[in-house]
Amino acid sequence: MEKAIKKFWPVFVLPTLAAFVIGFVWPFLWGIGLSFCKFTTVKNVEFVGIQNYLNIWIDNTFTHAFWFTTAFTVVSTVLINVLGFTLALLLTRKVRGTNVFRTVYFMPNLIGGVVLGYIWNTLLNGVLTILSKPLLQLDATYGFWGLVILMCWQQIGYMMIIYIAGLQNVPPDLIEAARIDGANSRQVLARVKIPMVMPSVTICTFLTLTNSFKLFDQNLSLTGGEPAKASQMLALNIYDTFYARSGAQWKGIGQAKAVVFFLAVVVIALVQLRITRSKEVQQ
Amino acid sequence: MENAKTTKRINAVISVALSLLCLVYIYPIVLIFINSLKQERAISTTRIFELPTAETFNGLGNYFYGITSMNFLQSFWYSLFISVSSVLLILLCCSMCAWYITRVRGVLSSGMYYLCVFSMVVPFQMVMFTLAKTADTLKLNNPYNICIIYLGFGAGLAVFMFTGFMKSMPVEIEEAAMIDGCNPLQIFFRVVCPILKPTMISTAILETMWVWNDYLLPTLVLDIKKYRTIPMAIQYFRGSYGKVEMGPMMACIMLTVLPVVILYLVCQRYIIEGVVAGAVKG
Amino acid sequence: MKAKKLLSLGLAGTMAAALLAGCTSGAPSSSAAASGDTATSEATAATTTAAGKVYYLNFKPEQDEQWQALAKVYTEQTGVPVTVVTAASGEYETTLMSEMAKSDAPTLFQVNGPIGLANWKDYCYDLTGSDIVGQLTSDTYALKDGDATLGIGYVIESYGLIANKTLLEKAGYTVDDIKSFEDLKKVAEDITARKDELGFAAFSSAGMDASSDWRYKTHLANLPIYFEYQEDGITSTDAIKGTYLDNYKAIFDLYINNSTCAPTELAGKTADDSRNEFLAGEAAFYQNGSWEYVNLTGENGFTDDDLAMIPIYIGVGDEANQGLCTGTENYWCVNKEASEEDIQATLDFINWCVTSEEGTTAMANEMGFVIPFKGAAESTNLFVKQDQEMTAAGKVPVSWNFTTMPSENWKNGLGSALTAYAAGTGTWDGVVTAFVDGWATEAALNAA
Repeated sequence: MEKAIKKFWPVFVLPTLAAFVIGFVWPFLWGIGLSFCKFTTVKNVEFVGIQNYLNIWIDNTFTHAFWFTTAFTVVSTVLINVLGFTLALLLTRKVRGTNVFRTVYFMPNLIGGVVLGYIWNTLLNGVLTILSKPLLQLDATYGFWGLVILMCWQQIGYMMIIYIAGLQNVPPDLIEAARIDGANSRQVLARVKIPMVMPSVTICTFLTLTNSFKLFDQNLSLTGGEPAKASQMLALNIYDTFYARSGAQWKGIGQAKAVVFFLAVVVIALVQLRITRSKEVQQ
Repeated sequence: MENAKTTKRINAVISVALSLLCLVYIYPIVLIFINSLKQERAISTTRIFELPTAETFNGLGNYFYGITSMNFLQSFWYSLFISVSSVLLILLCCSMCAWYITRVRGVLSSGMYYLCVFSMVVPFQMVMFTLAKTADTLKLNNPYNICIIYLGFGAGLAVFMFTGFMKSMPVEIEEAAMIDGCNPLQIFFRVVCPILKPTMISTAILETMWVWNDYLLPTLVLDIKKYRTIPMAIQYFRGSYGKVEMGPMMACIMLTVLPVVILYLVCQRYIIEGVVAGAVKG
Repeated sequence: MKAKKLLSLGLAGTMAAALLAGCTSGAPSSSAAASGDTATSEATAATTTAAGKVYYLNFKPEQDEQWQALAKVYTEQTGVPVTVVTAASGEYETTLMSEMAKSDAPTLFQVNGPIGLANWKDYCYDLTGSDIVGQLTSDTYALKDGDATLGIGYVIESYGLIANKTLLEKAGYTVDDIKSFEDLKKVAEDITARKDELGFAAFSSAGMDASSDWRYKTHLANLPIYFEYQEDGITSTDAIKGTYLDNYKAIFDLYINNSTCAPTELAGKTADDSRNEFLAGEAAFYQNGSWEYVNLTGENGFTDDDLAMIPIYIGVGDEANQGLCTGTENYWCVNKEASEEDIQATLDFINWCVTSEEGTTAMANEMGFVIPFKGAAESTNLFVKQDQEMTAAGKVPVSWNFTTMPSENWKNGLGSALTAYAAGTGTWDGVVTAFVDGWATEAALNAA
């Protein structure tokens, strides 16, 4: 059979491959190439070697954005996963109204980042005005926590669903056995449930980590990087360098920043997968 | 059963707490809805929490204005068309590709597979300029064929999910069909596709959520002289034409959110199952 | 076997073709509509390339409607398609950058002066000898790089403090009472002291939202820069000293402390908020320019008798002879990379705008511009007339030096610092740093 399918490769693989080359492979390779060049549009490309990479640190916005993004990623990953898991635990207790709760908590996930940003911008600025505190666009600390709240609101439901599925897959006899051995509910949670849902934890941390690290839309519409780029995350910083700064030197720098950003994402993804995979229970 | 009683009591407390949390969850959207009914001057940061009064109530005025002045219906149509066409194209092409990858061993298969996995971690900023340029050169810059770009950039996740599922699919049925004289295309559409249905649904949901809400890709790729998707239109409310039209903006946010929420309530089960399935495969 | 091979190749061919043609094989119901649309757009493209077409990326959001209307008139008369796209406030550079990289790039775009030109000069068509250059009333409105004329200043504007005369009278003053910063301060503070009794404030809100903050980070900041240049006898610099920043602080303090709202609320106030307050008679002064005339008069509320524009005094120089801030930051550039037909069509279009009856009237009346061209229609704009009167009376207009500000980034940095200062989250030192150090940093980055 393999042979027969193989003959049909132009039908099965070619369309995807062609689109893949157009939409990913070629732009990716070209992007790496351009990171070594100075250009405005693509008509006046001039090779400058690693100059762009050195110039990434010509101003301190990239470093600042890097730490801001890192801090945001750590805080939101931890919060989303802890809260999502807690909700999942509560919702697997057969509490009344479980279905309604599950429906409601998941809902924000379907709303797009730009729209979410505006919704929360309106709400949080209203609250801050009542408390006579500076608005989101004035204080990066509020901007930071605003983003964290927004991300929690959006992502907890999604992660909760995955954790619920994971918890439901824990064999009841295993819990029963632990109970009979005299384990209290805390021990059951720590020794049985959590190790058994480790695969879900892997997935959820992976998703939240990469989502937070690559966050763009929410950042753009909630704070726009204000004040003075203090709440700018990496993705927005790259976009800003690339498009909002005029001058031929900036595009190459923006592209170089994007390559560094890409490498950072790859490293994070690999490290994270290795760490959590090693903790998973072999079933 | 002393224990059951306490459990019941605790559950009741949890239930109340979770209900309160529900209100917190819904509140932001309710707030936008309330404000979308108010007049412009009653929507400032100081007055955002006020309910509309007889004086500030604007009825559906903001909705009419938003729809007419910003060409909202047109944006809605573009967003809808782009989402539907892209997702259908992704489902068709990627499932076929994934089947080939699982059933045929070779350089092409493994190469494609690893490329797909790789593409999933690449941030969009890495390719934003070159992708926009490529799309422009190939004239893939209108809502009717931007789906090819989405197929290219979204193939990774879909192929990954499909192969994940297909690895556990028994090859025997397909072989039986082959002996019956089906060619691979017939096998794929008559035998494999029906089995794939659940994965199709979950992939469709994940991809729809991405395409429908996507902001940066259409902004850079689409011909902005003619086309604007919903996220782009919403972004345009802020700072365009020298003013911020809060009322119509809120109205349009509601118009964007409502169909999604309704769709979600109708096919909730599939969406939630889809997310779970997608996650387990991931 | 052979048949199968053929079949598979054929299928592949069709699929690839479908893919490239943009028909979604996955959506059969829509492919008809899609291909139909492609066909029509190709058809229009075919007819237009013959005669050339114009794509204008407009910088001024407040005149978007008028440009759209004027473009339509031109297309009706000549059949040349003109597309006008207006970038959102503060997004011009972003939009221009992304649009210029496209194959269907703007044929007509804007730069804001020498600094803007430095970034785009490789894309500017040399206008020397073209009709429109011949139409200029003075050579000073041509933006040059060496011998080449790369930009054409197409609008001369003035800004200052727009005063509501009726309210001033109610408070017991006239515009003639204000001849210096001291006078302005006295009047403003007196109005604030009697705010409850009078029922209005001195200044409409100095909104620091992106739709409005350019009034302070760019226009108001021009004054200390202008006086510093005057004193040093220069026209641009890589290192601003900030000699008159204390005066900048004084005028900004006056604005925010004698406003319709508390300084802390300014961060969220928009251009609309500020204008509406002025229209509603909640404030006696409103800092803005001649382009606001259309929005303030006619069915919008005021008549010419209600309004006057006075110079922005900051307590420096010869205040008795200070005029309005008059100049331009709007230069038209034609995209050199466009096709020959498109360049010609664009040149024809801009020439038509400044010579034809429809063009000049639209620019003078609807857009409220004064255009530095021979065929310009007499402006009915009150503020423009005031500027002409003041110049005739021997007052010296303050030139627009913000075209020499090192970058958009510098303006944004200053805007953020001003916002923070007004809100109390930042200090004036922050503003000084953004102004002086920020200028040096950005100038250095430009040279890099």
